[in-house]
Amino acid sequence: MKTKAGRLSKTTKNDLITYAMVILAYIVMQLLVSTGHVSSLIQGLLVPFCTYAIVAIALNLTVGILGELSLGHAGFMCVGAFSSAVFSLAFKDAIPSGLRFFIALLIGAVAAALVGFLVGIPVLRLRGDYLAIVTLAFGEIIKNIINALYLGVDANGIHFTMKDALSLNMEEDGVVLIKGAQGVTGTPNDSNFTVGVILVLITLFIVLNFIRSRTGRAVMSIRDNRIAAESVGINVTKYKLIAFTISASLAGVAGVLYAHNLSSLTALPKNFGYNMSILILVFVVLGGIGNIRGSVIAAVLLTLLPEVLRVLSDYRMLIYAIVLIAMMIFNWSPNAIFFRKRVKQRLTAGRKSGKEA
Amino acid sequence: MKKKMLSLVLAGAMMATVLTGCGSTGADAGSTAEGTTVDATEDTGADNAETDAAGTESADATDAAQTASAGGTFKIGGIGPLTGGAAVYGIAAMNGSQIAVDEINAAGGICGMTVELNFQDDELDAEKSVNAYNTLKDWGMQVLDGCVTSGCSIAVSAKSAEDQIFQLTPSGSAVECVSNDNSFRVCFSDPNQGSASAQYIGENGLASKIAVIYDSSDVYSSGIYEKFAQEAANQSFEIVTAGAFTADNKTDFSVQLQQAKDAGADLVFLPIYYNEAALILKQASDMGFDVQFFGCDGLDGILGVENFDASLAEDVMLLTPFAADATDDLTVKFVTTYNEKFGETPNQFAADGYDAVYTIKAAAEQAGITADMSNEEICTALSAAMTQIKVDGLTGAGITWDASGEPTKAPKAVIIKNGVYTAM
Repeated sequence: MKTKAGRLSKTTKNDLITYAMVILAYIVMQLLVSTGHVSSLIQGLLVPFCTYAIVAIALNLTVGILGELSLGHAGFMCVGAFSSAVFSLAFKDAIPSGLRFFIALLIGAVAAALVGFLVGIPVLRLRGDYLAIVTLAFGEIIKNIINALYLGVDANGIHFTMKDALSLNMEEDGVVLIKGAQGVTGTPNDSNFTVGVILVLITLFIVLNFIRSRTGRAVMSIRDNRIAAESVGINVTKYKLIAFTISASLAGVAGVLYAHNLSSLTALPKNFGYNMSILILVFVVLGGIGNIRGSVIAAVLLTLLPEVLRVLSDYRMLIYAIVLIAMMIFNWSPNAIFFRKRVKQRLTAGRKSGKEA
Repeated sequence: MKKKMLSLVLAGAMMATVLTGCGSTGADAGSTAEGTTVDATEDTGADNAETDAAGTESADATDAAQTASAGGTFKIGGIGPLTGGAAVYGIAAMNGSQIAVDEINAAGGICGMTVELNFQDDELDAEKSVNAYNTLKDWGMQVLDGCVTSGCSIAVSAKSAEDQIFQLTPSGSAVECVSNDNSFRVCFSDPNQGSASAQYIGENGLASKIAVIYDSSDVYSSGIYEKFAQEAANQSFEIVTAGAFTADNKTDFSVQLQQAKDAGADLVFLPIYYNEAALILKQASDMGFDVQFFGCDGLDGILGVENFDASLAEDVMLLTPFAADATDDLTVKFVTTYNEKFGETPNQFAADGYDAVYTIKAAAEQAGITADMSNEEICTALSAAMTQIKVDGLTGAGITWDASGEPTKAPKAVIIKNGVYTAM
């Protein structure tokens, strides 16, 4: 077995492990759900797990592979969520649910990619902290525009305004799709765990293959040494834009999954504001920058943690923060890594001496 | 090719053993959550440090009642924001509900059953709200008293309709909150408040030129404003300006006030919550803009704002279902108990929470709910009973419901005179 696995390159093996992990988690969960061993809470969390795993992978592409800090990914998620929710609501009765959700996914991905591309053009001229701050601003702008947007459809076509629902001037039969701050209500529930896992796998496939491709290597060369990359003729702006647009588009897919899991969609600071962008960054940092598998695991763990801590009622958020700090230190502090190594050594040494005795 | 496929499968199998740990973490966590949520109920009474004593007291009361009554338990779940910016509403509704539950238990429970309340935090996020709902389902919730806010309520009502769990929202005021057959509400709906305010102003000839200042990022505020503007077309007054602000810039209102002043408004309509209204009143008085202010139930509580000069609120009118200074026995008793337990004057969310529990009690008694009924049976029975009952609550006398889920009750107009709410 070892010799056969050994023929695969190390990176391919690593990627296969990631796919296998997701598929296995899916099979185990499906078995547990069908035998009734899973609480309603966990069942309700299955789709959010997939949503956050996808957006964490997407951000890891920007942060880990492109090497630029983006704090606007919640904004791209928001674009994907709202564009697809409006589509699904408008064609609720016209198209059967499977096809409708598929088209919604494409719409969400394309809309987010478009916004990502447009935002990317000015933003990617900047580097480091400046880029982080400008993406943060764009994320907030997207959220605020959606909060002020009113969109309706009637016999005369599509109406939209930034003022209020009355200014839409619609016919009697008109339907208001986006009601400003009240968001979109009545999105059909098309997301489920199976679709979510398929999307996670597709996302993994896209990102992992992107990293291993010629384009991916070019992107990483920009990250590692921009001047050297430019000197060998790599078009820095082009490759940065490619990576950033793909990342935004995948975040949009996560948004589609989010929107079709809940029947009310509002752009609150809580779900699409910078808090969420930072939470996604926390997933990426905890899982390891550039480590795609780590992002998936961290996203699932950190989505689960606050719900499991409900037991603590009032102290929930306090404990959540403390656990988060502890996890970060344990995973990434040089001292903690050294300590872990030493403990591991001692354990193996202890086992050896035990065997000898 | 075959070899590649084989090695793929083998690599997968190799990892399977290593990674089973990942799959089982989820299941473990699930079982821990299941095993321990019951403990949380006793903590619900204690929501902040000051009320520790009160919290243990209420827990004691529940314990005593549990031993006293042998008719089983009736589990009411509650959902609202207990942390974050909107926590004040969620905590108030939770406290109000808790007082009602304690009173009912002390008086022998509902149909001989002891009432248990488990109130979960949703952080004002629809997704978290659904999580809270699922947690409560695992706990064994039979009836849902929630959610406190509209967006969350809509998201949860889709799930509760699927599971057939009866839902009564104390304060979810958006129209869609009660769109399902199993969902009802205690408060007025936004359109109801908006048009009622416009009618009240029009019928009483309070003004001819009206300025509106509202929060366009808030569902409640923009919902009322829209209906107010619609109804205004049928009334004798006109809206001269409508100044919007958002949650991100709600500290300086001089632009909106200046607009209103320049337009010659003789009444400013404030369909907003009291914190911002207090700032508006202060800034209006600083710029010498002396005008009549009119608000909705969100303004209730303005006299309790810290460092707020109550004289500024003199002559402010508001349309509210609940006034903490009312002198009827029920309100006086509720306000005293609330003050004792939680050290503050209750707002309308607390009153809504209190009424929600009593409404559930009335409907349950009408329907003859017993402990061995399934959630579906309870839901059908309660939904039918809701249209037959009449509740005298804090937020209105003789409240009735129709099958759509909307309550019928009269709004009370209140004016602030000499620092107290006075009925008009």
